[in-house]
Order: sequence, then C-alpha cells, then structure tokens
Amino acid sequence: MGTYVPNTQAQKDAMLSVIGVKSVQDFYAGVPQEMLVDSLALPEGLSELEVRQKVTAMSSRNRVYGTVLRGAGAYRHFIPAAVKSVVSREELVTAYTPYQAEISQGILQSIFEYQTMICALTGMEVSNASVYDGATAAAEALAMCRDRKRSRAYVSACTDPQVIETMRTYCFGSGMALEVLPEKDGRTDLESLKSIAADTACVYIQQPNYYGNMEDAKAIGEAVHAAGAKYIMGCNPIALAVMETPAACGADVAVGEAQPLGLDIAFGGPYLGYMAATKAMFRKLPGRIVGQTHDVDGNTGYVLTLTAREQHIRREKASSNICSNQALCAFTAGVYMTAMGAEGLRQAAVLSMSKAHYFAGELKKTGLKRVHDGEYFHEFVTECTDAEKVLRALDAQNILGGLPLGDNKILWCVTELVSKNEIDRAVSVIKEAC
Amino acid sequence: MKLIFEKGAPGQHLTLMPACDVPEVALSQSRTEPLELPHVSETELTRHYTALAKRVHGVNDGFYPLGSCTMKYNPKINEDMAALPGFSQIHPLQPVETVQGCLEVYAEAEKLLCEITGMDGMTFQPAAGAHGEFTGLLLIKAYHTHRNDTARTKIIVPDSAHGTNPASAVMAGYTVVNIPSGKDGCVDVEALRAAVGPDTAGLMLTNPNTVGIFDKNILEITKIVHEAGGLCYYDGANLNAVMGIVRPGDMGFDVIHLNLHKTFSTPHGGGGPGAGSVGCKEILKPFLPGPVVAEKDGGWQLVQPEHSIGRVKNFYGNFAVVVRALTYILTIGREGIPEAAQNAVLNANYMMKKLSEKYTMAYESPCMHEFVMTLQDLHDETGVSAMDIAKGLLDHGIHPPTMYFPLIVHEALMIEPTETESQETMDEVCDVFLELWDLAHTGPQILHNAPTKTPVRRLDEVGAARNPVLKYTKA
Repeated sequence: MGTYVPNTQAQKDAMLSVIGVKSVQDFYAGVPQEMLVDSLALPEGLSELEVRQKVTAMSSRNRVYGTVLRGAGAYRHFIPAAVKSVVSREELVTAYTPYQAEISQGILQSIFEYQTMICALTGMEVSNASVYDGATAAAEALAMCRDRKRSRAYVSACTDPQVIETMRTYCFGSGMALEVLPEKDGRTDLESLKSIAADTACVYIQQPNYYGNMEDAKAIGEAVHAAGAKYIMGCNPIALAVMETPAACGADVAVGEAQPLGLDIAFGGPYLGYMAATKAMFRKLPGRIVGQTHDVDGNTGYVLTLTAREQHIRREKASSNICSNQALCAFTAGVYMTAMGAEGLRQAAVLSMSKAHYFAGELKKTGLKRVHDGEYFHEFVTECTDAEKVLRALDAQNILGGLPLGDNKILWCVTELVSKNEIDRAVSVIKEAC
Repeated sequence: MKLIFEKGAPGQHLTLMPACDVPEVALSQSRTEPLELPHVSETELTRHYTALAKRVHGVNDGFYPLGSCTMKYNPKINEDMAALPGFSQIHPLQPVETVQGCLEVYAEAEKLLCEITGMDGMTFQPAAGAHGEFTGLLLIKAYHTHRNDTARTKIIVPDSAHGTNPASAVMAGYTVVNIPSGKDGCVDVEALRAAVGPDTAGLMLTNPNTVGIFDKNILEITKIVHEAGGLCYYDGANLNAVMGIVRPGDMGFDVIHLNLHKTFSTPHGGGGPGAGSVGCKEILKPFLPGPVVAEKDGGWQLVQPEHSIGRVKNFYGNFAVVVRALTYILTIGREGIPEAAQNAVLNANYMMKKLSEKYTMAYESPCMHEFVMTLQDLHDETGVSAMDIAKGLLDHGIHPPTMYFPLIVHEALMIEPTETESQETMDEVCDVFLELWDLAHTGPQILHNAPTKTPVRRLDEVGAARNPVLKYTKA
C-alpha cells in the first residue's frame, strides 16, 4: 500500500516512549469503545504505478473531442504555455490562505494584481480576491444588494439556467424573493422592467446573455436605477475586451465566470467567480480582499484587509460565510491576462466573435437559421428540423456540436481555438446530415 | 517588489494569437475605455511570477503546523492525475455516454468517502468547507420544511466553533444559539439540554473539537438533539484525527462536510480551490443538490434527487480536486486511512509533550491531531505575545501555528503537525519553539521586532483597513 507517513516503526516507538504511552490506541481511550471501527470496507492501498494505471483508465472512458462547438457556461480557449508553467510552482500550489503576510507576499501581491486587472476589465472600482464560480458570484451579488426595505431580486430569463438555479438555492436559504424577468426574442423584455416591485433590491442580467445575444445593457441599467434598485451585470470576461464595460452601462456590481481566463474546462471545475463593485458598494463585497500597505521599515507590502466584514471576525453578523476561495484560479487568471495583454485579449475576443459569425453565416446556407435577430458575441441559437441528427452526425466526426436546447434549437459557441478549416468541415458534415 | 504593471513597456508582448482567417466583425456598442493590462515579454512574465512564487511559503518550503487546516503533504501523483487530458479537456455538458470516466470518479469517490464517514449519499458540488456547511444546513432546512415542521428556526453552535459555522447558519436563514463549552473544551451537556427545544433545527459540531479533544459524550449529545427533533451537522475540519478509527455517522451525525483539501491531501493553492463535499444519511438524500451520479443499465447517469434543494454551484463541483482526493484514497487504501489518523495524533502528542517542557497547554493531554497552547502567562511575564512567537518562527523558516483561535483560549497558538512530518523535522521545530521561549525572557525586544529575515517585516494592517488601497493606480 502507498503511504505518506515518513516515520519508521522504530521512530514511532521512540516517540511513544517520549510521550509515555504504550501504543497509539491509548490516544483514543476517550472514544466510546463500541464506536471504534474494525476495518473499513475499502480496497487495499496501491503502489503509485497501479494507481496511475487505474485512474488513467478512468480518464480514458471519457471522450476528448477534436473540435468543440459548445460553450453554455464553459469555454475552451487557448491557454499560453507560460501560464501552465508558472502556475504549477509548488510554493503557490501548496500554500494555505495568506494569514502570515510576511511569508505570503507572493500570493498577496498576485491577488492585488488580479484585483487591479478585474477592475481594468470591468471598469469597476473595487474587486474581491475571488469566489467559487460565476454562479455563486451571482448569488452572492444578490445578497450584497439586500437591505431592510428591499429584499426582492429579479433575474433575466436570458441568464444561464444554472446561475438562476444557484440563485434560487441561495434565496431559499436567505429568504430573499427571486423573480424572473421574461424573455422577448432572445433578450430581456425591457417592458417588464417598468412594473418591478417597490421592494426590489436588485436586477441581474447576463451580458452577452445565455443565448449569446447582446442586451441593451445601458437601457436596462437606466430602468433599474429609475426603480431605485441596484444593477448587477454578469459578464463574460473575454467579451469585456471588446464590449461596453459594466461600469459604462451603470452597473453597481459586476460578476462573472472567469474560467475563460486561462482555466481548463475540466468537467466543470475548479472555475473562478469574479466580483467587482462601485466604491459605494465595496464594503458589502464578500470574501477576501487584499490591500496595499507598508511594513515597519516603510517597504511596500500587501495584506488581507477589511476583514471586519468576514466570518472569522463577525461570525453570525458576517456579510457571507466564504473562507476558502479560488486563489490559485485567480492567480492563473492574472497570469493569463498578463500573457495576453490588452491586445491579445482583444484578439481572442475578435477571433471568437468573427469565427462565430462566419459559422452562423455558413450554417444559414445549410438551412440552420438563427432564431434571434440582432447582435451577438461568440454564441448563437439556430433551429432546424432535426437537431439530434445534426449533433449525431458531428459526433461521428469527433466534433462536439452545440448544446441542444429542446424544440430542435441548438446553442453554438466558437472560440479562437476553432480554425476556419474545422468550421468548414463541421458545416459540410451538417450539410450532408440535413 | 515592483508590480507587474510597473514592468515592461507598451508594445512588449507575447505572440499568441494567429491572424484572423475569416472576415472580422465588431460590436456596434463597443468598449470605449482603454484596457489597462500589463505589457511584458515572456521573459519578464516568467521572472515576475517566479519571483512572486519565491515570496511564498508552501508545505514544500518547510514545516506548516497551521492548526485546523491540516497542511499535510500534497502528493505529486495527484497533480498528474488531475492534469490528464481525459479529465482536463472534458466539457461539463458533453453527452453523458462520453463522460463515463468523470462520473465514475464521482461515483467511486462517493462510495469510498461514504464508507469512511458512515454516510449514505454525497454531493460534490460545494467548493469549500464553508460552502459545504451552507449546503448541509439547507438539507436540514429542506428536511424540516418538507415535514411542515416550520417552527425550527435555530441552529445551536458551541462557542469554540469556527466562524464559518454561525455565518453559514445565518445564510441558511437560521438564528444562531451559541452555547458555552465546558472547562475541557467539550460541549456542556447541560447547557445543550437547556438550549434544545421545538425551535431547534439542528446542532453544528466538530469532533474532535477545535481544541483537539474528542468529545466523549458525543452519543449523548447527538441523542439530545435528535430527541428534541433536530438534526446533527458534523463539521469535517478535524476528520484527519479519526478517519478509519471512528465514523461521524456512527456518532449520530446526519450530515457532514469534508474538506478534501485538508483531510484528503489536495493542495490549498494559497486559499483555494478546495472541495467541501457533503455527505448525508438516507433521510436527507432526497434533498441533495442535483444532479447526482447514479448507476443505470450498467452505466452512469446524472439524476435529480426527488426533493433537491437545487444547485449550489454551476456544473458538478471542483472536479479536478475530487480526482486528486480519489487518487489519494486509492493510494493509501484501507490500512492507510487509519494509519494517517493515528500518525497525525501521534505526531501532535509528541510535539505537545516536548513543548510542554516550557509552554503552558490550554488543555490536558492526550490531544487528538492538534493541540492548543496558551501564552497568557508568558505574555504576563515577559510581554511577549503569541503573535511575537509566531513572528519569531518566521525567521526560522517555519510557518506559525494558527494564532488567537479558538477564541475561548487567551493568547492561543494551535499546532497541527499532520502525519506527513518526520520525527526529525518535529525535533528541529520543537527546539526552535523552546529557544524562542527562552528568548522571550532574555531578549523580548528581538521577538517584538521579528521577523527580520522575511521579504517584508510586520505590516501596517490598521493603516491598510483605514485607507484602503485595493488596486494599482498609474502614477
């Protein structure tokens, strides 16, 4: 069996004799003896070679597609080699939360840099150090906006359904009311914003929305503020390189799934939730925040700050219970944004969007028409007579097609990873199938 | 050290993206403000982040006895397995027949962890311990609500508990009832008896508790709560002391969260990602977040539990973390699980014994996997605080223990060596601790001034909070 216990039996015996007990069982004398486990029904331990073979065999029972045309909340983008290399440094990987600032400056500074980059991307004034993912970031954002008189939240129906479900669960806990704003032609129905309740704390929209469409985010923001509520935007971070920032659209809180910033799709996690807010809201941000300060010699340094919001100080009065976050993922996103730079990120956005538009145009020629009109980013929805048949034909050619949405609708996604040749090949497969 | 924004020059870049091979399109409402990201070469990038990494102390840099955090060694094979393309390149919304390996990972991890904890079902959605607490409490809430037992609005939490416990209870919509601990740090059974009633939704407890003592009244405690109609929540933060020895399910707990990043050897990444998997007894299984993995016709499927509380996260959880934990369990296996626990306890008792030569222990021995020292008398005598000793350790390349926790012990230092430290390392570390105790008497000013050998010295935290500078602004 494998073990990571370094001490030999002789050393263990020596330690026991220093302590003055006969065996390790003596330490458990306080445990009610009827509760002690004889032996667990677990397999015997294995050598590293055997474990490698066993787990690798499991991974081989998954299918890695050559071409991926599916997004819907998880996006396969190019990850520069430098990112993977840098983030595997074992000091970073094996450290805990930076409670001892003097020996954690690397992590603290990297978070400070990450916060700065998230602010740059969103145009917002303050960012936290990360939360678990985009869905929990959205759910936490609702809680940030709640006050004694306003405890109702609205979410656009054009939001990722998993985000809405997560919000619902959080609201089941907190007692906040959650309502869904209806969709009209693939976008949030602006008219519906005129009749939102007086106790509305906030309205959440996704940009680009779940269907890939661009919302009229400024107009929505104006309507939300006219109702006296806070405005939350959930934004794709790659799209932020080319679209109007949440700050420019009047958002009070900007959140999102930052997995596209250098993280593998990895069957859904670990991902990264980013959260940023206006200066007026920043004391309501949940989780860790890093601040710049100086040491006793006057040297610049970084610390976890504004901890008076947090659970270890405030306990039941804390703004959130979050403790561990996704620090290494935030670090990764920081390295990714550094590697890409503003121009690289813009190129990734333009390539993704342009290829998606090229693909949509080619699909139209085969009879798969877009369901919605208007602008979109790198995702779009088509309808056809037999979506299942289309997806099956692609699958047979090792292409993961778009996500079936029911009613023969398919949600497609194209990123910079997909070449024009791959798109053309997919189109010809679809043409044959239809 | 300079920030990445202060390095390089406009125009420096990596060459990553190809030219666009289709007609370019643009949004009509496009970004107008410039995007201020760093502009550096690949040389500068890798040097910058390597320099940052060198300013971090990880488990692989030296002893890391951070109490209640279980900083055990993170095996390399775990990293290799998590990085396999057959896991890392799988889209979470692929057809179910193409992700059988991923579902097998979840099913296998569920089976093994349920056996270790004495639970009947598990969700891997929660991303961290606190997230698991929130999820577990929602299971309790859904259970009571489903039975129309809606008067149960209170969660009982001992005063020694981690701060996330009361914070999670509030997020789940509960009122928190704090009960005092007895002199031995254990639950005051009479105080608990007085606190329970028809409004009790449940109790949150960790056992061994936060001071490193196994609560021997545990069966009576869970019985009191059950008889009052409440359910019992086990905070798995301290499972490393007892895994394979005794099971939370057998102690009477109904729901539990595990910190895979503590007990099951997955790395902490400087504060995450972790995984706070939640296990539960049969009565709570219908309420688990969905989807969960189930076997059907010889394959794996994703199914929604009948009365699911809904999602707590997108997709299925921090999958790559679960791959690491599964790899660990498969490696150490049936004998290795209790072996790890016993050696964690042995190591803690060894250090406790050696340090009690000079330091005052907050509680009597034996301890479980960790122990708490109180430096109150040293502080009274010499003016040297727990913080000063902690900072003194930094100059010796040792990560300090958890400071000032639990809150019920004054000048607390909580030490958890874990099973992956050798006698040799612990001997060296104990010598440093004892030297620092002497130094507190002979040269307290040196400790007030510590650390002096670290990249920065003590930082002005008050100033940081008073005048928050939370991002870089170009001069």
